[in-house]
Amino acid sequence: MPQAGSSIKSDSISSDTPAASQRPRWNPWLIVSGAVALAVAAPIVALVVTASAGSEGLWAHLTGSILPAAIRDTLILLTGVGILTAVIGTGTAWLVAAHDFPGRRIFDWALLLPLAVPTYIIAYAYLDVMHPVGPVQTALRALLGIDSPRDFRLPDIRSMAGCIFVLGFVLYPYVYLTTRAMFLMQSANLIDAARTLGAGRRGVFLRIALPLARPAVAIGVSLALLETLNDIGAAEFLGVRTLTVSVYTTWVTRSDLPGAAQIAIAMLTVVVLVVLLERWARRQRRYANDAQHPRPLARHRLRRGAGVAAALVCALPVLIGFIVPTWYLVDQTIARIRFAGISPAIPAEVLNTVLLSAIATVLTIVAALVVVYAVRLGRGAAPRVLARTASLGYAVPGTVLAIGLLPVITGIEAIVDTGATRVFGVSTGLFLLGSGAAVVYAYVARFLAISAGSLEAGFSRVSPSIDAAARTLGAGAGRTLLQVHVPMLRPALATGALLVFVDCMKELPATLLLRPLGFETLATHLYGEAIRGTYEEAAIAALLIVAVGLVPVLILVRLGVRGEAEAGMTASVRAPASD
Amino acid sequence: MHNNKLRNGRGVLAAAVLVGIAGISAEASADVNLYTTREPGLIQPLLDAFTQETGIKVNSIFVRDGLAERVAAEGQRSPADVLMTVDFGNLIDLVEKGLTQPIDSEVLNDAVPENLRGEDGHWYALSMRARVVYAAKDLDIDSFTYEQLGDAEWRGKLCIRSGQHPYNTAMIAAHLVYHGEEATRTWLEGMKQNLARAATGGDRDVARDIMGGICDIGVGNSYYVGLMRGGRGGPEQQKWGDAIKVILPTFEGGGTHVNISGAAIARYSPNKDEAVQLLEYLVSDAAQKLYAEANYEYPVKEGAAIDPIIAALGDLEVDPTPLTDIAQQRGAASRLVDQVGFDQ
Repeated sequence: MPQAGSSIKSDSISSDTPAASQRPRWNPWLIVSGAVALAVAAPIVALVVTASAGSEGLWAHLTGSILPAAIRDTLILLTGVGILTAVIGTGTAWLVAAHDFPGRRIFDWALLLPLAVPTYIIAYAYLDVMHPVGPVQTALRALLGIDSPRDFRLPDIRSMAGCIFVLGFVLYPYVYLTTRAMFLMQSANLIDAARTLGAGRRGVFLRIALPLARPAVAIGVSLALLETLNDIGAAEFLGVRTLTVSVYTTWVTRSDLPGAAQIAIAMLTVVVLVVLLERWARRQRRYANDAQHPRPLARHRLRRGAGVAAALVCALPVLIGFIVPTWYLVDQTIARIRFAGISPAIPAEVLNTVLLSAIATVLTIVAALVVVYAVRLGRGAAPRVLARTASLGYAVPGTVLAIGLLPVITGIEAIVDTGATRVFGVSTGLFLLGSGAAVVYAYVARFLAISAGSLEAGFSRVSPSIDAAARTLGAGAGRTLLQVHVPMLRPALATGALLVFVDCMKELPATLLLRPLGFETLATHLYGEAIRGTYEEAAIAALLIVAVGLVPVLILVRLGVRGEAEAGMTASVRAPASD
Repeated sequence: MHNNKLRNGRGVLAAAVLVGIAGISAEASADVNLYTTREPGLIQPLLDAFTQETGIKVNSIFVRDGLAERVAAEGQRSPADVLMTVDFGNLIDLVEKGLTQPIDSEVLNDAVPENLRGEDGHWYALSMRARVVYAAKDLDIDSFTYEQLGDAEWRGKLCIRSGQHPYNTAMIAAHLVYHGEEATRTWLEGMKQNLARAATGGDRDVARDIMGGICDIGVGNSYYVGLMRGGRGGPEQQKWGDAIKVILPTFEGGGTHVNISGAAIARYSPNKDEAVQLLEYLVSDAAQKLYAEANYEYPVKEGAAIDPIIAALGDLEVDPTPLTDIAQQRGAASRLVDQVGFDQ
């Protein structure tokens, strides 16, 4: 590359070089990082301003009759979903990672499939499937010879237990993903040592593998919990009034935006707890990766009966979290196409959805890369604070973020419009809201934390001595990033990108509020149909969301398989424990 | 390399601005821009008919929540011409937030009765729906009052959507106008004890739940009965619609509670003439007939035909309480719902 020489010079002010002590501490990375952090923080600041505009007596009503119940229900829901995802995710990950049994290769990736099913879709699928007039209970009554649902019914799914059940079975893959990777990377030495010392397989799991995997479990659970906090469709649909739902109803039915903003801020404290859990877990994790020469774990072949049992245990979450809802959507879609045909708007909606999500994913990854790399380059608290700030968006439910974004976006539009009119005589009008850029902004602000998280994890596996070597050989910070880090970070980049893409595609509340006139995505189409109570009409859009969502999950699966091979490579450059 | 990246970044930004401008100029023709909280499927036939008749294209965006926030934030640059809602509370909110403008249209004033439009032409009702009682077929009841919904006779037998849904807060606000706060609290507590399942879902779920034996009575809007029984939602929903009987309840000494769908002209409407034309079209005989036929709603225009399925529910005697009085009690209604923990 011909210009490389000059760019190295311009980049050499990084704090890693001795010259840094004489130069100002800020650098281009920090400036971009600051801009990203500002962009994410702006809607939250706007929200705080909104909250402070609340009328007197409002807070009394909130603390008196809304918050106690909403906080209680939110905590119960989080506890339930946390336990369920931890048990399912860790259990299946251990079976798949350390054992061999019939179908193991299939379950290895199939256990990720529920990741493609958004929470609001699984909720309405199960309401239909488990309803007294739905297929399960109808078949059950036929089996028992009971005529009327008045004589025999299963408990209603519209309850806290039902909500925990459906959320748990679509969110466990977060735990499965992180924990399985940890089990695969764990040194076999420790486990062999334990077995030599006479530990049984159960003892190895409970006393060696599980404690070592605890940080991974915590990271997965905290991701699942953040998803739970953001969910509005499933909880609202199943009648669980969480804080998120309260924010929503306070804003919508009382037209009380300040009140909604205040509950949102109360909610942030719960979020902070979850994020702290996640941070703690990440800090713990490096002790688990401490081995000098990790070897892959030798899988223990299960005998016939145990093997079949393991297959059944792994099949259950796939069945509940993916096969049943998908089967239901296919069934409903076929019925719908027979009855009314396919809406001609669907192809355009697919294109809109993919386009918006793809643009947002690229921007998110680039922004996250800069923010995380700035932390690696920088000394002092500034880059860290900026990185934390840039990750705040994920903690704010989409609806709330969208309300905060509105004044920010229209403010930018007003400034640009005034400037353009004065200088060029051209009015730019609502160029952000009118072009879909506002939706992309919301996606980036909301999902930056996901890609930043996976990049952080990726960077932590690259020893600083590698940076030092690159810099000694004359590469600047930018070249080191592009030619040294990015190739090594490929799995982390891909994982981050795919998670962001799927989340963008499923995103509903911000899309609903910020999209341009006459612009529909699959999610907004689905929502429009679902709130009319015409679920069958929504089935086509829902099936498409699941189908498109499957593509990145399947790519994730392929990468995951390759990731096993690369684990050895990354392990060899892993930072020493003292780092 | 670094600098290259920055330059590219500028290029992307410039392109984004250009795309934005292109998007705006495309919107600048004499179309009507409609912001609606109404599900697009329900009004599309009406909009198509309007376009066919006048040649004016309607660009619509369905914003279920946050309509007011979005229009307010867009301010003077807002492309919105017509604001349409499915609840008079939301409509009056828009007026109170200064997002609408008055219009003086004889066509509208002649077609819409005085109690169904705002002062100075700030808003107009376009169609009505009644909040009715769905009941199991074998129940021996022919008349019902809203007050009875809280009676101990129905413990564990009532299905209803969220108490915070605008359709319900409007009904509770009407109860507040009639009976005051204490009686309404007692009534709500009674209803809460009567719930057979969590107060959630939609009105059609009520019919399905009655069919599924979860509850005996429930509350829903009149037009859902038409949508279900008319077969519009497919054979499955037809079964739900046929599994219930429908009673037009009244307040003691009053009539049946109705809500409206309605519209207003946005304050900074860039195409006001076309916007007024759209509203005038929506109260024309042809459109009012479409409201009744396509959506099973009650027309606001006197003498317009009602769909046979809806007519068969019985004669609608609209509760005389002015909608603006009810709208004033919405905040209090919503607070009561929280205080009794209706949705919890």
